Amino acid sequence: MKRTGAQIFVESLKAEGIDTIFCYPGGATLNITDALTDISEINQVVVRHEQAAVHAADGYARASGKVGVALVTSGPGATNTVTGIATACMDSIPMVVFSCQVNTMLIGNDAFQEADIVGITRPCTKHSYLVRDVKDLAKIIKEAFHIAASGRPGPVLVDIPKDVSSALADFKYPEKALIRSYQPTYVGHPGQIKKAMRLILHSRRPVLYTGGGVILSNASLELTRFAEALSIPVTNTLMGLGGIPGNHPLFLGMLGMHGTYSANMAITESDLIIAMGARFDDRATGKTDEFAPHAKIIHVDIDPTSISKNIKVDIPIVGDTRNVLIQMLKIVENEKETYRQQHRNVAEWIEKITGWKKNYPLTYQKNSTLKPQYVIERVYELTKGKAIITTEVGQNQMWTAQFFKFLKPRTCLTSGGLGTMGYGFPAAIGAQVAFPRSLVVDIAGDGSIQMNIQELATAVQYNLPVKVVILNNGFLGMVRQWQELFYEKRYTWTHLHSPDFVKVAEAYGAVGLRIENEKDVDKVLKEAFKNKRPTFIDVHVNPEECVYPMVPAGASLKEMLLV
Amino acid sequence: MRHTISLLVENEFGVLSRISGLFSGRGFNIESLCVAESLDPTVSTMTIVTTGNDAILEQILKQLNKLINVIKVVDFSEIDYVSREMVLVKVNAEEKTRPEILRMVEIFRGKIIDVSSRSYTIMITGDEAKLKAFISLIKPLGIKELVRTGPIAMARGERMLKIKEKTDIKGGESNG
Ligand SMILES: Cc1ncc(C[n+]2csc(CCOP(=O)(O)OP(=O)(O)O)c2C)c(N)n1
Ligand SMILES: [Mg+2]
Repeated sequence: MKRTGAQIFVESLKAEGIDTIFCYPGGATLNITDALTDISEINQVVVRHEQAAVHAADGYARASGKVGVALVTSGPGATNTVTGIATACMDSIPMVVFSCQVNTMLIGNDAFQEADIVGITRPCTKHSYLVRDVKDLAKIIKEAFHIAASGRPGPVLVDIPKDVSSALADFKYPEKALIRSYQPTYVGHPGQIKKAMRLILHSRRPVLYTGGGVILSNASLELTRFAEALSIPVTNTLMGLGGIPGNHPLFLGMLGMHGTYSANMAITESDLIIAMGARFDDRATGKTDEFAPHAKIIHVDIDPTSISKNIKVDIPIVGDTRNVLIQMLKIVENEKETYRQQHRNVAEWIEKITGWKKNYPLTYQKNSTLKPQYVIERVYELTKGKAIITTEVGQNQMWTAQFFKFLKPRTCLTSGGLGTMGYGFPAAIGAQVAFPRSLVVDIAGDGSIQMNIQELATAVQYNLPVKVVILNNGFLGMVRQWQELFYEKRYTWTHLHSPDFVKVAEAYGAVGLRIENEKDVDKVLKEAFKNKRPTFIDVHVNPEECVYPMVPAGASLKEMLLV
Repeated sequence: MRHTISLLVENEFGVLSRISGLFSGRGFNIESLCVAESLDPTVSTMTIVTTGNDAILEQILKQLNKLINVIKVVDFSEIDYVSREMVLVKVNAEEKTRPEILRMVEIFRGKIIDVSSRSYTIMITGDEAKLKAFISLIKPLGIKELVRTGPIAMARGERMLKIKEKTDIKGGESNG
């Protein structure tokens, strides 16, 4: 029996085990939209802006570990996805975005609602396809999901012309994607791993510097075991938070521009950096010439292009971080006695780090005003760390990274690489769809929340009880902070007028709450976390608070401005 | 440093734009690029000449390898290879310069492939040094137009650019 492209699309998604898509319709989606009528196996969440569909798919993917799926129409629908796709690409999030396209005959003719979305997204996708023949559709979908989820994950775009979704073909979903030119390396080279282990044995001041790769490869347990087995302190990048429990004694906090004193000093004085699933981003390394000046560097990453890109490494290991950690743990297990000495070898180092942690903890000046850091501390305490947290971008994001202790992987969803304002709220919606019973909280800024505030309608329509804590400082705070520190307090463009967020929430049919002083924080947050409805909490925080420590752009990690 | 890189890529639309986009997007330099179908019609061979220090070249090779449609990448700076290029030159050919041109074409073992009352079109193949020498000698006679293909390259001896057998892919077992 022949089926239409649209039916093939639906059957392929089912065969792939896709249970949720985030979508927005248009003329070019109609065949597929219609084929999805009454398909109860696939939860179809209709958003209010295509950018949000992609961020929601992204949040869904980060929280669940599954591939996120978005589906949009041609032209403006497709171009609206670009920021979402670029966000996912920078953070290596597995995702397939289906854009619909004008009829094949019209492609290239500047047809109504035509955009060359494959061309536009080429630099910000892992791969992309334009389906030109319905016979290829199932195979392309299979390949797209395989590419998105395997190796270093990333977004894949599949562009489906309208005549392809109406054309007829036989349907058979391929069992496997066979791509001769794409074979990621999963297992680390045993020789390299042996060399790395020898270096570790000879180190006296080792540091594990881990990133999003640990989260993506589900290696948190192995990482924690490895750190414990050899007594190696761990620092995380923003993307790596949750890779080791945030309250673990070996955890140093985040490193980099707004990293902790102990993390940045540990890197600076270390004699061996073991980088895992991290890519030496400039926000993490500071001035690269002075990054870890005394250290040898081992770098484990599934993507060879990440290795020796920004910083020359001594021992590269290409492989999946979880596999490599398992391989390393086996060596430790086999040579227990030898490796046990390592605890003694690093005792002095651990003592030094403990001193830094005690003498220079993350802190802020308490006064009569309501401090944003305090609000985040209370969110952590009241949820006991058992929440999925998303953030927007700016000070809100950095304070969350600093003051919320992420106890588990996949609970910190934040736009690290691209730094996309407007990410957090739709990502929270996606995470809530994946985990309907979990508490999902977006820690937002008054600027960022306006970038996708329309998704309140989506949250209300689908009864998604996400909580948005708006740290309302009346400023584009992070930019204001740079103006305060480096542009003599000329707050050009950064002073914001915002609407009454409580009323906005209520107008959409959500709950709006407000906090204006410290004593209301617990009461209102508890009330918000208890109710089963989407809720905005407008928190009026001290307007001119800054994020510290801060390493000025271009400075080395040890040149931190403290509180 | 100058490098010649050979690629085997899927013979599909859009592959060239992925490769050129990779170079332009990352600020890498393309000096020349040659592409055509290989013995296997599903595969194209591409020869790229690029410049950059070791670190840049390492990134170029890794990034090319990372493209899904790229099957194989070979950097010829590590192997002994031969490379040839072709140039077409249209030169002024007046009564008194014609013998001189003919002699030069003879010496460089070129060919005159088109003749008009006022010009010759000459084809020369060879390595870069040879083409350079020819061009500088013919220049005083008045070059009207010049087109070069950019080099194509091949390893010496038994070495070949071969595609590995299609293998089963270890699915993204660790990626949920
Ligand atoms: C889409 C986008 N536009 C601009 C920026 C630049 N930017 C970075 S932080 C920031 C301020 C964010 O303000 P707000 O959401 O109020 O957060 P705050 O820093 O005040 O906590 C801006 C404008 C960005 N990251 N993303
Ligand atoms: Mg703000």
